[in-house]
Amino acid sequence: MHELSIAMGIIKIAEEETKKANKTKVELIELEIGSLAGVELESLNYVWATATKGTVLEKAELEIDYKIAQARCLECKTLYEMEKVYDSCPKCNSFFKEIIQGKELRVKSLEVN
Amino acid sequence: MCGVCGCGTDGIAINKPNQTSNHDHDHNHHTHDHHTHDHHTHDKTIIDLERDILGQNNIEAARNRGYFEAKNIFTLNLVSSPGSGKTSILETTLKDLKNEIPFYVIEGDQQTLNDADRIDALNIPVVQVNTGKGCHLESDMIYNAVKELKPKNDSILMIENVGNLVCPSMFDLGEQKRVVIISITEGEDKPIKYPDMFQSADICIINKMDLLPHLNFDLEALKNYALQVNHHLQFFEVSATTGQGMDAWYNWLKKELKSNNLKNA
Repeated sequence: MHELSIAMGIIKIAEEETKKANKTKVELIELEIGSLAGVELESLNYVWATATKGTVLEKAELEIDYKIAQARCLECKTLYEMEKVYDSCPKCNSFFKEIIQGKELRVKSLEVN
Repeated sequence: MCGVCGCGTDGIAINKPNQTSNHDHDHNHHTHDHHTHDHHTHDKTIIDLERDILGQNNIEAARNRGYFEAKNIFTLNLVSSPGSGKTSILETTLKDLKNEIPFYVIEGDQQTLNDADRIDALNIPVVQVNTGKGCHLESDMIYNAVKELKPKNDSILMIENVGNLVCPSMFDLGEQKRVVIISITEGEDKPIKYPDMFQSADICIINKMDLLPHLNFDLEALKNYALQVNHHLQFFEVSATTGQGMDAWYNWLKKELKSNNLKNA
């Protein structure tokens, strides 16, 4: 359950940035999470309410921009979507790939008040 | 509750064997500003951030790595599921090599000093990090543990992570190499069940090889699965109990230590 650590990381960022902006609470927080980032959205949602209680994020709306993983085959250059990190190229079956999307784990923006 | 170390109830503890425990740490995010709500002003500001959520851990890992490089300490992060034999491999390695190479050990477990006691029995400097409810080590825990441990230059630091094939994969500790350990009493398909860990590892030690004749275990299938996830993985087939195959792992350690020395010289 490292999602609690992830939530605490998000809270820390939100607390810092809200303070910097001289505001007191976050109305909307937008996260960018890739499908290969190692975060279970269900687990994150599960800990969210408890973790954010008493913080600037307590009342914030949580918006998640979920990025489906994409790879470029290193053999035939085909672009393809991956469900799993070890999926092979649908065209040539090679496992050699460059992951170009899906590892994102970022706070994209905050709407503070 | 603190998600970094799980403290608040059980808490993180960094201890040496034969010492009373200390709960000595300070995470800034324990203090939450209790702000006054002003429901009448609607003065919204949008802040574009693009900040990495694990950024803080990565920064602290980079700081650790710089420290290790400056002191020429070759640091390994040992990860596996519970019971695969991380501590046994460590014990056998330390016994066999401690007269040649100075070793230091950081043990990560949720509870108990048991593993640190096993290492301490070999007269190797060791610090135990108890993560409480935490399921993995993070770079600031290593920073604090290293301050206790005070490793000398030109040594090897072994970090035994919490037994867990999921969470530790996401947290860089500042190590030079990540070692994933799997025992053949586990399933061959572990690498594709827990791909993140195998993808982030540099080498894979396959332990309990002495049990192979008694088990219905397909070694080639395990390797194929692991290579699907990470084609750079290098394998070592060992038994920490009988010592079988340990020499190849020792040679790798010595070679890496040497090239690490040259790189940092």
